[in-house]
Amino acid sequence: MSKIFLVIQREYLARVKKKSFLIATLLTPLIFPAIMGIFVWIAMQEKENQSLRIIEVIDETNLFFMESSEQYAFTSSVNDLDAAKKMVKEGGRYGFLHIPKLDLTDPKGIQFYGLENPSMSLMSYLESALKRKIEDQKLFDKGIDPKILKDIRTTVSIKSITLGEKGEEKINDATVNYALGFVSGILIYIFIFVYGNQIMQGVIEEKSTRIVEILVSSLKPFQLMMGKIVGIGAVGLTQFLIWVVLIGTLSSVVMGVMGLQMPQQQALELANPELAQNVPDSGELANILQVMGGIDFITLVSSFIVYFLGGYLLYGALFAAIGSAVDSPSDAQQFMLPVTIPLIVAYLGLFVFVLQDPTSSVSFWLSIVPLTSPIAMMGRISYGVPFWELALSLTLLIGGFLLTTWFAGKIYRIGILMHGTKPSYKTMWKWLKSS
Amino acid sequence: MLQITQVNKSYENHRALTDVDLFVPKGVIFGLLGPNGAGKTTLIRIVNQIIEQDSGTVELDGRTLSPNDIRKIGYLPEERGLYKKMKVWDQLIYFSRLKGLSENEAKVQIKNWLEKLDVVSWKDKKIEDLSKGMAQKIQFIATVVHRPTLLILDEPFSGFDPVNAEIIKNEILELKEKGTTVILSTHRMESVELLCDHVAMINRSRKILDGTIREVKRSFRPEVFKISLNYLKRDIPMEWTPKFSDDVWKFTLPLAGKTPNQLLSEMMEFGEVLSFREQIPSIEEIFIHQVQASTHE
Repeated sequence: MSKIFLVIQREYLARVKKKSFLIATLLTPLIFPAIMGIFVWIAMQEKENQSLRIIEVIDETNLFFMESSEQYAFTSSVNDLDAAKKMVKEGGRYGFLHIPKLDLTDPKGIQFYGLENPSMSLMSYLESALKRKIEDQKLFDKGIDPKILKDIRTTVSIKSITLGEKGEEKINDATVNYALGFVSGILIYIFIFVYGNQIMQGVIEEKSTRIVEILVSSLKPFQLMMGKIVGIGAVGLTQFLIWVVLIGTLSSVVMGVMGLQMPQQQALELANPELAQNVPDSGELANILQVMGGIDFITLVSSFIVYFLGGYLLYGALFAAIGSAVDSPSDAQQFMLPVTIPLIVAYLGLFVFVLQDPTSSVSFWLSIVPLTSPIAMMGRISYGVPFWELALSLTLLIGGFLLTTWFAGKIYRIGILMHGTKPSYKTMWKWLKSS
Repeated sequence: MLQITQVNKSYENHRALTDVDLFVPKGVIFGLLGPNGAGKTTLIRIVNQIIEQDSGTVELDGRTLSPNDIRKIGYLPEERGLYKKMKVWDQLIYFSRLKGLSENEAKVQIKNWLEKLDVVSWKDKKIEDLSKGMAQKIQFIATVVHRPTLLILDEPFSGFDPVNAEIIKNEILELKEKGTTVILSTHRMESVELLCDHVAMINRSRKILDGTIREVKRSFRPEVFKISLNYLKRDIPMEWTPKFSDDVWKFTLPLAGKTPNQLLSEMMEFGEVLSFREQIPSIEEIFIHQVQASTHE
């Protein structure tokens, strides 16, 4: 037993002490905020540098008055088309909008002229503005007062609240749930691949440098394999926990800078419904914070850890078996397919089924079958999963990794001592059967 | 010390060991000889408990081999390696602790060996920064650091330059003096004759020869004498195919049922006997002869 621990210790320290581990662990949580920051910065720069773009409107109907925005100013024009084209070419105008005499029931023939391709946002801005104007005009024609029209216009956003078993109420947001399922599912997928590959590389290293012959004269091959799998898994877990702490601290700092309360405090307030209801709607950000507060982060993080470990152990054993059977990483490619396919199925299933409809029967099965459940279940967790489904899924996952470990142990034991023979599925099957 | 009885092992499509019996006495250097693929590595792996025999028993110090014996055995495989990215010191600690040494014990032993082989300055270097010969020395330390009573060395001198090979040879002899039993598997016959007290030969999964160097050599001597004479009193028969150079006649004669003394006094009648020496085969000659003989059976 203590020998397994020695192997775990070596595998863990050999990786954690590496500079690349430190860099990856510290930088990855910063990459996404950094990319977002860069985009925001570029957008802001663009806004600052942008002079107001003037758009000429030639309105033959005389019905449309276009309201100017921060970026675009509209001027009504009496020019004819040719004069307007000339102005655009000479650079006096960004572009011009030509509204011919229209049949309001079927408005066709509106055109935008410009020197460059207009952006999507400009086009949709123009389209929605014109649509609104035409609709208003139609209503007006039917005899409805413009003042009434203005009163009618309302914005609605629905706050969704789930009723908990103990009577507590949680504020949900489909988008946030989607994002959480998305991120945690992808993370598990990446973790299994990255750390599974590390197991395989490690096994191949020991085999190709023949260290393994000395190692197995000191301990059982199964101990060696499990030590390696557990040691590398601990590295993954360490990395994840550092990320959780880093992201938690970072977001608290960011929230603090924005003059808002920390999410944790928000969560405390939200635990008390009376307090929560008294919180006035102070805009979008507060709304998001409320939703964040409604999420059970402890459940999320702990199920992430459990499913990461389960999935990792299940696939890790398979990666170890592949590594033991081959002499070099390039030989490993041919055996990767059966391991990669279920992972990719789970990954695609996450997007196509689970995140779209977490309670559909496909989603259910994807989150129950052990080969896909670590990824698929993470897509469902934030939406809430019945206890019995979780229990079934986890039981099968544990059974699954016991099975793959047993299976991998048999192949590993023989594979690590075989050199120079290119194994096939047939020979691996024989190793598996030999006792 | 090590008693191997009727051990059999077969792989999917060939037999690696057939009814092998072997006894390795305590405190000797035991040469295990045989061509490639004869079954030596399989036998060594069985003693190291890396693989299990199909039938037969292996006993160490009178008891069936068990996982507790791992500590008693030091194994240097023919194909060897160390972790390239790991420091010499960490590596030695790891291997010795896997063999069952406590951390403190390991530190003391490793320090001793590093000093003994004059490589203390390498202890913080990574293996990838060492030359092949340097790495071999570290590998040797990793093999002996836990003070095994049975040392199994598979081609220990391959990869060493002559100077380092000499150092390692002396270390092996010193360990033997201290009572360590050494099994030496090698193709290098000259090192067998220099080092080994005892040899066994394996060919095509079977043991074909076993005994002390003296016994083996004696049992394979062809009973032929090399003789040189001068100042001939009588003519030497031409069928003896004598060769003449520098006033000396040289030829070889089988005993042919006589005792060496009888042959010698016969020779004295032909002239002045300058030398009279039995032709003793080298282990290499015996090895080649035996392998060929058993292969052509």
